[in-house]
Amino acid sequence: MSRKKIFSPQKILLTIGLLSGLGLAGCAGSPTWFEPASSNAALITHLGTIIFGIAIAVFVIVESLLIFSVVRFSRKRDGEPAQIEGNTRFEIAWTAAPALILVVVFFLSLQTLTRVAYSPATDPAGAPASANALHVRVVGHQWWWEFDYPDQNIVTANELHVPVNTVVNFDLESVDVIHSFWVPQLAGKTDVIPGHVNHAWFQASQTGTFHGQCAEFCGTEHALMRFDVVVQTSDQFQAWVTQQQAPVATMTGAAAQGEQLFLNGACIACHTINGTKAQGKVGPNLTHLASRSLFAGASFDNNAANLKRWLSDPPAMKPGTQMPNLHLSQSDIDALVAFLTSLK
Amino acid sequence: MTTTARALPLAKRYDTGILRWVTTVNHKDIGVLYLVTAFTFFLVGGIESLLIRLQLGEPNNTLLSPEAYNQIFTMHGTTMIFLFVMPLMAGFGNYVVPLMIGARDMAFPRLNALSYWLFLFGGLLLYSSFLLGGAPDAGWFAYAPLTSTQYSPTHGMDFWVLGILMTGVGSTVGSLNFVVTILNLRAPGMKMTKMPMFVWQQLVTSFIILFALPSLTVAATLLFLQRNFSAPFYLAPQGGDPLLWQHLFWFFGHPEVYILILPAFGIISEVLPVFSRKPIFGYSAVAYSGVAIGFLGFTVWAHHMFAVGLNPIADAIFSLDSMIIAIPTSVKIFNWIATIWGGKINFKAPFLFAVGFIAMFIIGGLSGVSLATVPIDFQVEDTYYVVAHLHYVLFGGSVFAIFAGIYYWFPKITGRLLSDRVGKLHFWIMFIGFNLTFFPMHILGLLGMPRRIYTYGSQYGWDTLNLLETIGAFIIALSILTFLWNLFTSLRGGEKAGNDPWDAHTLEWTTTSPPPAYNFAAIPTVHSRRPFWDQKYPHLAD
Repeated sequence: MSRKKIFSPQKILLTIGLLSGLGLAGCAGSPTWFEPASSNAALITHLGTIIFGIAIAVFVIVESLLIFSVVRFSRKRDGEPAQIEGNTRFEIAWTAAPALILVVVFFLSLQTLTRVAYSPATDPAGAPASANALHVRVVGHQWWWEFDYPDQNIVTANELHVPVNTVVNFDLESVDVIHSFWVPQLAGKTDVIPGHVNHAWFQASQTGTFHGQCAEFCGTEHALMRFDVVVQTSDQFQAWVTQQQAPVATMTGAAAQGEQLFLNGACIACHTINGTKAQGKVGPNLTHLASRSLFAGASFDNNAANLKRWLSDPPAMKPGTQMPNLHLSQSDIDALVAFLTSLK
Repeated sequence: MTTTARALPLAKRYDTGILRWVTTVNHKDIGVLYLVTAFTFFLVGGIESLLIRLQLGEPNNTLLSPEAYNQIFTMHGTTMIFLFVMPLMAGFGNYVVPLMIGARDMAFPRLNALSYWLFLFGGLLLYSSFLLGGAPDAGWFAYAPLTSTQYSPTHGMDFWVLGILMTGVGSTVGSLNFVVTILNLRAPGMKMTKMPMFVWQQLVTSFIILFALPSLTVAATLLFLQRNFSAPFYLAPQGGDPLLWQHLFWFFGHPEVYILILPAFGIISEVLPVFSRKPIFGYSAVAYSGVAIGFLGFTVWAHHMFAVGLNPIADAIFSLDSMIIAIPTSVKIFNWIATIWGGKINFKAPFLFAVGFIAMFIIGGLSGVSLATVPIDFQVEDTYYVVAHLHYVLFGGSVFAIFAGIYYWFPKITGRLLSDRVGKLHFWIMFIGFNLTFFPMHILGLLGMPRRIYTYGSQYGWDTLNLLETIGAFIIALSILTFLWNLFTSLRGGEKAGNDPWDAHTLEWTTTSPPPAYNFAAIPTVHSRRPFWDQKYPHLAD
């Protein structure tokens, strides 16, 4: 898309910011759809700049009329004003004017809708189905995200890896309540509803890490149901796939001790580690936990200190989490964290 | 046959003290009860909003637990909609409608009292949940299956259902009463086309309530059966469907928006002509656009559901319907501006609030159109952009209109004027606080902040705007304190109002302030839309 536009996203946001007298200082790093990173999100941003431009123009005109009429007719003067009860011509004009503007808005909206609603890789009326499209199953859980790659046989959590310039098709499912899948810079929201399989797609146009978050109120920890989308070059993505498909390495020392605690303890009731007897499906798959940069609904940095805090009392860190306090001893926690941080 | 005049046997009357208020069936007493009770709930809902803003004033705040936060925002929304704006408008309606149409009371005075007591006890039932195991915590929109006992195990949602049903019966009975009163008890000569605009909007609102509330009643009853008798209407694993709730709820929920805003349109359409010393510009257009909004309001519910995966054709149709509603709404705004245009403005507090209403409602309307634009909705739905939009409509709209109405009718109700100087001070503090609180929410939404999150990290660049909003909320609180101060000082020592302090147009100003129990010594005969104005200024008559 051309960078030379009358209404660039930056200009519009700046205008809105100035109008409120606030500016946009301190907003760097926001997950804003005014900095789109996918072809489909860019379409919505483009539409947004036009619609907001129209809205600001209408705002200025109508508010000016209002303020002018109040100021002008507050002046003291003699006699009573003319008792005018209406004017058909004017009234037709100000019924037709908004109608015409709305016709324009509606057709612009329709044009964009038809382009963002259907994935180009599945649309029967559009381009031929692309063999390159990636397929990911997204499962919403209170309060974390599961990402399954059926073709690659990978199951991971809270960190979605996708290759750049590739159509990614999502099937969205929920095991409990309604969630909403949203990555502002990559795609608008699609709700994740129990009993339904919804569909979403995007085609990232630049690499980087993008913030995603559940957008439908889903209970106690709705605020801490985040995820990261890591958009990678094709080679980086292949390397990631290879790493995720690898079996768990052989553990030694404290990590081996932690592995035994894990496999013989309560952990396996909820968690899976591929190739072991741990096949629980309630919590996230931990096979390559240490490869992720965040954990617990992408709420905390994934490091040994945070994992130790977590294991000593999960609800203290994230009230409402379904993982109970297992009352582990400090030595067990140390061993388990040695194991978990080895799950590269 | 001879007839003997004989007094009707009267029930024992209590004219003073608490017994008067408990036993009253007079529409003006019931109106005052509604107004005072609803305003009290407004203060409670306002305190809840201050707690919300304190929690969000800084990132990673731990003032409120997530459980407490979720209960408080649920109760804030439920209170402001069901226990403040709806009953407050019913309070104005009760007090003013019979006076405006030249009637002695509502058609069914006892039923009228019943509506009030159902509202009060419904509200108290809802609030008793705080003391009885936990308040409702699934949002005022109560999306299934989060409301099921599995995900909301306290009895909060049961209190919510019963409270909503109870106030709902009150609203239904009250609306029926308004419809019958307005259709049957108008003074001789007052044809429908000569009714005051506030009466028109109350009539439309009452019809909307009668047709929209059943959908909520059904939805809430099914939810109660599900929670207490294992009937899995909304539970997918047992064959139910969570989307059933959304359709039933929004079929009520969107018309509800018009239930909250049409009486506000009515107040504005009374205040602007009186203080501009002109008739309303385009009476028919203003009246019939209200009717059009009432009908169209029932065709747009799925615009709350664009992201649930309806097909794009359905999205487009609901989007088109939603945009069409913007047309009658714009018509009203232009007619109001044209009413001011060419007038001789009596620049008093009610007028100031009415102008503030128009100025703020324009912003809410424009953001509404952007939300009806489906692809934009995909990005802004469930963000703070929507929170900004709905507050520009319901606070910038309904609440500013409510204050316009309070400053306008307070002298009729109490016999004393509120201080105009303090009223203007109240306006400016509220106007600044309101915009400081809610305008930045537009930007926060565009910057990706979702609604209904009890906390956020500092890495997203949302800190400064959230802090400003919290400061704004306390400025609004200051404006409300200013109003309460005005209220109490004016009740004691305010300027005496007389019958007609504003040189007004409609019948309620022809009688004393406050009016006698029977309203009018003789029922007037009406020949025009501004009967009192025409009586005072026959050379300027319609």
